[in-house]
Amino acid sequence: MTIHNLYIFDRNGTLMYYGEWNRKKAGTMNKEEEGKLVYGMLFSLRSFLEKISPLDLKDNSFCYRTSKYKMNYWESPTGVKFVMNTDLSSPNVKDLLRLIYQMVYVEYVVKNPVCPMGEYIHSELFAQKLDEVVKSSLIYTSKTS
Amino acid sequence: MMAIHSVYIVSKSGGMIFNYDHNFPKVESEKTFNFPMDLKLELRNKKLVVVFGQRDGICIGQTLLSINGTLVNGGQMESGPDALEYLSDETKFPVSLRFGRTRMTTNEKMFLGSMFYPLYAIASQISPEPHSSGIQVLEAETFKLHCLQTLTGVKFIAICDPRLQGMEIILRKIYELYADYVLKNPFYALEMPIRCDLFNDNLKVLLETIERTGITNV
Repeated sequence: MTIHNLYIFDRNGTLMYYGEWNRKKAGTMNKEEEGKLVYGMLFSLRSFLEKISPLDLKDNSFCYRTSKYKMNYWESPTGVKFVMNTDLSSPNVKDLLRLIYQMVYVEYVVKNPVCPMGEYIHSELFAQKLDEVVKSSLIYTSKTS
Repeated sequence: MMAIHSVYIVSKSGGMIFNYDHNFPKVESEKTFNFPMDLKLELRNKKLVVVFGQRDGICIGQTLLSINGTLVNGGQMESGPDALEYLSDETKFPVSLRFGRTRMTTNEKMFLGSMFYPLYAIASQISPEPHSSGIQVLEAETFKLHCLQTLTGVKFIAICDPRLQGMEIILRKIYELYADYVLKNPFYALEMPIRCDLFNDNLKVLLETIERTGITNV
């Protein structure tokens, strides 16, 4: 199991953070452009889900799989969106995303007075703590795949 | 119940060419209201939709289906009067209103079916691993969407219960039916909407068999 990368978007869709761990294919675009593409796609995907769902959606999370990776989406009640790409066999990524929100985002961004909302997070402490949480997660450490 | 809710076919150029709704769950609730109503309705897309308020399972986004048992269509009651006007008249209360989840019109379905094509393409473009396909399974809490892209670029999409297993096999089976009853039909032109009775009938039989006996007998 492995974690490829993580995007964090704020409620307006600006890319707040991008983290990368095991990404094998480098993007052809720069970070900003890729963030816009990913957000645009997720935005359409969400409205697609809402319309095509036979019942009302209960919470703001979903995932999709392709032949090579799995994309996991989780949105906090305040509209902050966490998107993590993992490999196909990773379970419970939603819980990890919630943990990142709770332990890292709230602690080191929301409670940080010099971190302006709605802008890219440059805080080194945040990056470091995020890295710790991701690298200590089961999905990252376990080698069974 | 392990149901398959609907099947879509998207052609290789991205247009939806077939849709079949099978066993779509009905979400409806009927409640009696007193004047003034605690819900706000608005006419959207020829439907009266709840835009504010929530009560006993009726929530924002649901559509008004009937007033006192009279069907409401395009903002008008079947008996003639405008529904919004009727509901602003205090003397008509209390009224019994039936609300349900907004059903998609054929146009909206075409729009959605065709919307899947770019999503599929971008999913393979933003892949962190090389040589990835597009979306194969899309999972939300309430349903699962499976997509099979054939070698010729036609996409078969099925929306089903999240607990249903073995959808790939079912989609392959639907592909088989498509090859047999659509492509071999001399009156069918490629890329055009599918209107073949034999295909419809066989698809229906297939979906019903799966529901009754599971995929083992397919």
